[in-house]
Amino acid sequence: MKKDENKKLSASEVASAGLVEAGTAQEFITGSWRSERPLWNKDKCIHCLTCWIYCPDSAISVEQGPKGTIVTGVDYNHCKGCGICAKECPDKIKALTMETERK
Amino acid sequence: MIKTVYSKGKLVAKTGNEVMAEAMRQIEPDVVAAYPITPATEIVQIFSQFVADGKVKTEFVAVESEHSAMSATLAACAAGARAMTGTSSQGLCLMWEMLNIAAGLRLPVVMAEVNRAISAPINIHGDQSDTMGARDTGWIQIYSENSQEAYDNMIQAIRIAEQAKLPAMVTTDGFIISHCMEVAEVYPDEDVKKFIGEYKPERFLLDIKRPYTLGSIELQDYYFEHRWQLAQAMRDSTKVIAEVGADFKKTFGREYDFFEKYKLDDAELAIVVIGSTAGTAKVVVDQLREKGIKAGLLKVRVFRPFNGEQIAKDLANIKAIAVLDKADSCSGTFAPLFTDVASALYANGITTPKLVNYVYGLGGREIGIKDLTDIYAALGEIASGKRAVSKNVEYCGVRI
Amino acid sequence: MAAEMIEVRWHGRGGQGAKTAALLFAQAVMATGKYIQAFPEYGPERMGAPVQSFNRVSGEPITIHCGVTNPNFVVILDPTLIDTVDVVEGIGANGKVIVNTSFSAADIAAKLGIAKEQVYVVNASKIATETIGRNIPNTPMLGALVKVIGDLDIKGVLDDTKKKLSVKFAKKPEVIDGNLTSIERAYNEVKNV
Repeated sequence: MKKDENKKLSASEVASAGLVEAGTAQEFITGSWRSERPLWNKDKCIHCLTCWIYCPDSAISVEQGPKGTIVTGVDYNHCKGCGICAKECPDKIKALTMETERK
Repeated sequence: MIKTVYSKGKLVAKTGNEVMAEAMRQIEPDVVAAYPITPATEIVQIFSQFVADGKVKTEFVAVESEHSAMSATLAACAAGARAMTGTSSQGLCLMWEMLNIAAGLRLPVVMAEVNRAISAPINIHGDQSDTMGARDTGWIQIYSENSQEAYDNMIQAIRIAEQAKLPAMVTTDGFIISHCMEVAEVYPDEDVKKFIGEYKPERFLLDIKRPYTLGSIELQDYYFEHRWQLAQAMRDSTKVIAEVGADFKKTFGREYDFFEKYKLDDAELAIVVIGSTAGTAKVVVDQLREKGIKAGLLKVRVFRPFNGEQIAKDLANIKAIAVLDKADSCSGTFAPLFTDVASALYANGITTPKLVNYVYGLGGREIGIKDLTDIYAALGEIASGKRAVSKNVEYCGVRI
Repeated sequence: MAAEMIEVRWHGRGGQGAKTAALLFAQAVMATGKYIQAFPEYGPERMGAPVQSFNRVSGEPITIHCGVTNPNFVVILDPTLIDTVDVVEGIGANGKVIVNTSFSAADIAAKLGIAKEQVYVVNASKIATETIGRNIPNTPMLGALVKVIGDLDIKGVLDDTKKKLSVKFAKKPEVIDGNLTSIERAYNEVKNV
């Protein structure tokens, strides 16, 4: 904690009124909080984007493919391992499964 | 013979509420959200008529409570709008939560406030308990002695708030000013608009090219820094208020400072008071001066920020001072204005004046020439040592 | 208090226009170049209940903001108030009372227990009925008050009232003329006998 405190901004440096620029959550690496991690099976995935919709941390990576938006994997820097994606992945597909985080 | 101060000014007979509405018409904010309450109702009622008649392009939001009024006003302000509202008494009490948020988010909301007693018991008349209760919310507070000051203060408050990035309330004494028709000088619309200028916020939430979050949680790590910023903004606003006052004088001719000194420079006895009672006290000062008594008056116009350094200078050579509060703090010690005056004097090394605190006028209780004359008489006895300084609040006009 | 300041107290009943009379009077007097104040008695207003309103007039700016306790002039819109309200409270030996009544100044003075010289009477109700067509005594009483005060300019008052009424009653010019005539008549008919 001490190391962190040294980095804190003073009242004259920090933005007025607690204004926080958009997109700064990117810099906040929450991946280390995980005890379980989702595994994404590229071959099973039908790119329905259900996981992307449900992920509370926007940790499902997507990109624009020729036929529409496709899933490309999990952003392990921000995934907290809640398991919602695996739970919501359609029963017949199960392209996302949870496994214990290797320490 | 009545006359104008500004070459293009026009004299009108208007009540305090009417001139505040007139100032709002000329300011023409982007958004007004309000809920009616006696004795401030007329301000937003008249303004809503301006909206209905197409005289202003303002978006008027008729909300369901004062809590919502302040929420909508500060939210509009955060979105990038120049936003105003008006209220009184219980309405201000209901806004309490959002008052703090407007200040904490550094939003320059400007509010017309009519001072009225707070419940219970229910009372619609004028005292300053409502805004005194909100004195530590981070709002600039400017009090008006009469209709003219209410009008001028509203116009200045827009620039002060936007430059200081702090919300500001301009007040009048309920009924005594809000419902009293007096001669006021109004300025042409274009001159007022030119004086206040366009509102150009540095950042605003509807700026989709530079999105940001406002109002997020801050715990032990940053909350304190942002509250320090707020307190510092209030300290720094003295400079803004002085600059806007100077420009107002240059433009329209009327002089406004944190305090108005009336025959104070050579005075031995002085009353310090806020609002319309200052006008009555001026009459008493004149009467006493005719009798050779060196009486003077200091009227507090800007209570937040409280310019302690200046008031200490202004009062340094007075022998006995009565600080009159139209609000009681129920603190077991002194009332709000006295507390600030006393600490300002002490902190600036001024310890010779003898100080006495009077609470007066609660619930609209009359304070007249005789009451004020009696207070100066008591000050005379205190100055000459015939009477001891009270260690507690004194009351003027209550049956004990 | 500036020596030349005049203080006026209006007595009426809720709904009779005591507040409006004070406001109209103030505006009209301001148009003649004086500083003014007009304010009502602040309380719960009910139709028929005794109400008061006040004016101050001065050649100098008026800073005083307490209530009027020693009026120089008292205007009584409704003569029945004399029996229920202490209408002469605080007027002293020099205060003047102007009453809307058909009785003589001597009769009213006896009733009020003050000197006859202090009482002025005018039948404002009759004037209003004949000129405006309704018993609204507050407008004619304006004219009577201007006359009794003495140093106010009745022409300026009439001009300003005409201006104000012309805006309010643009579509009913007969109302404007009736009101102006009522002010003029009361100005001419108010008497000390």
